[in-house]
Amino acid sequence: MNALLRVEQLRKAFGGLKVTDEVSFSIQPQEIAAIIGPNGAGKTTLFNQITGQLPPDGGRIRFEEVDLVGRSPQDIVRLGIGRSFQIASIFPDESVRDNLLAACLSRLNQTRRLWRPYTSHLQAGEEAMAILASLGLESQANRPAYELAHGDQKLLDIGIALALRPKLLLMDEPTAGMSPEERQRTRTLIKKLWEEYRLTLVFIEHDMDMVFGIAERIFVLNHGRLIAEGAPESIRANRDVITAYLGEETG
Amino acid sequence: MDLPRRYKFGLLWTAGLLVFALVPLLMTSRYQMNLAGHILVWGLFAVSFNMLWGVTGMLSFGQALYYGIGAYSVGLLVTRVGAAWFFPALGIGLATAALISLLVGLLVIRMTGVYFTMLTLAFAQLAYQVTLKWRDLTGGDDGIQGIIPPGLLADKTFYYYVVLAVVFVSIWVLKRMAYSPFGLVLRCIQQNPERVRFIGRSVRMNQLRIYVISSLFAAAAGALMAGMDSSIHPDMLYWTTSGEVILMSVLGGINRFFGPFIGAIVLILLEDVIGAKTEFWPIVIGSVILVIVILFPRGVVGEAQHLWSRFRGDSSQRSPA
Repeated sequence: MNALLRVEQLRKAFGGLKVTDEVSFSIQPQEIAAIIGPNGAGKTTLFNQITGQLPPDGGRIRFEEVDLVGRSPQDIVRLGIGRSFQIASIFPDESVRDNLLAACLSRLNQTRRLWRPYTSHLQAGEEAMAILASLGLESQANRPAYELAHGDQKLLDIGIALALRPKLLLMDEPTAGMSPEERQRTRTLIKKLWEEYRLTLVFIEHDMDMVFGIAERIFVLNHGRLIAEGAPESIRANRDVITAYLGEETG
Repeated sequence: MDLPRRYKFGLLWTAGLLVFALVPLLMTSRYQMNLAGHILVWGLFAVSFNMLWGVTGMLSFGQALYYGIGAYSVGLLVTRVGAAWFFPALGIGLATAALISLLVGLLVIRMTGVYFTMLTLAFAQLAYQVTLKWRDLTGGDDGIQGIIPPGLLADKTFYYYVVLAVVFVSIWVLKRMAYSPFGLVLRCIQQNPERVRFIGRSVRMNQLRIYVISSLFAAAAGALMAGMDSSIHPDMLYWTTSGEVILMSVLGGINRFFGPFIGAIVLILLEDVIGAKTEFWPIVIGSVILVIVILFPRGVVGEAQHLWSRFRGDSSQRSPA
């Protein structure tokens, strides 16, 4: 009843292709949920509608009882929804610390200031350092972000979202493009961040170890429809899900 | 020799100020002071322009519009209404530039990349045509002569020092801005506008803000120039004027705050030295610029700093601190 996010009968079509087809679900505070589904199932499109990048054709999205449809991405971020991206979205020429500082200063509503040096804001500086520590990137603080390894850039992207202290954090394939070792490390880290920051976390992921390892609830999308939803055990046994992933078995 | 950064900057500022302050005392002709004054005003214009381009990634090809607004506000009011109107004219010029840049800004920031550039050019060329054709008001292609500022300001040396003060304070203000939280957001906009929205900030709002700020300082430069040369002409609004600050920024280096200022020094001195030697000076200057740009892709300042940091890097390896 006190859902943090409530999506109701959401619809979106590109031409004749239904990418979001009457999708309804809700997210409870402090849960950790995964969205899975084959490529093209409409997972990222769903995120894009929640975060205001893409207007839905119909349906409602409510966050803490505020209607999100029609709001700009920056408004939605300021309401408390943070996001990390499938391809790390960072500020490549800024140092790792300044990437986080930009986000911290934005959260503290300090970005209109044009006189004091941005490096002299103590609270933003402390928050940025705390996030660097959580991510284990302290030693990289002064490097320009573009020099980071791919996996670390993905972590920085997550760090930027974390710096906004979101009430709801959406992660789009946090382990995409990572090596198996990096995946393992990231899986552990995300679980740790979820606990440490008491996050409400929804992530899209193809890495099944991560999905079944850390999600409390799993949503399965296929051709824009939500075909299953539930605890990992029930999803694992769900026939529709198996069909969606393995294809129709004939014979 | 490891001074803290702030002292190093203080030292450089003082040195720069000193060099320009000594010009009137050491000069052998009035002309040299005028040249130094031109460098200062163009330097301010170029630095303000680069807040748009180098910092935020908005290549405006129409900043001459605001430079012209500043110049014509002073020129018109001082010659038509009275010399005493010099300072009010400066204020009116800035207010007009603020208003126009706000209105134009609201339109041009909807465009990105080359469309933004072309639209800024279109607005500036429109203003140029109006200035050229509206002879009754602006004097058309004759421009306006005999702009004599009031009182002490009529003295060229005194005026030079006023220019020096205004330019240094303006550049200092712009530098504070470049390293403020607002400046950080501007750099972020250049690198990844989508991410800026997803840290909760409006890209367009910040672009509009820097567009107006940059245009204000361009207008201030134009106003200063009107009083210094005592004459203005419609070419101040022509696209070549906008092109000049782009060139200065490229020469000095757009990724360094002082790059455009150094670019202004290089270009103005080049034009002066080569212009005195040959009537084919545009060809020669063009070739020299070509060579500089090819040899120093980071700009003069960027390249110098790069060399310096490499030199420092090597020496610190030999003698660990």
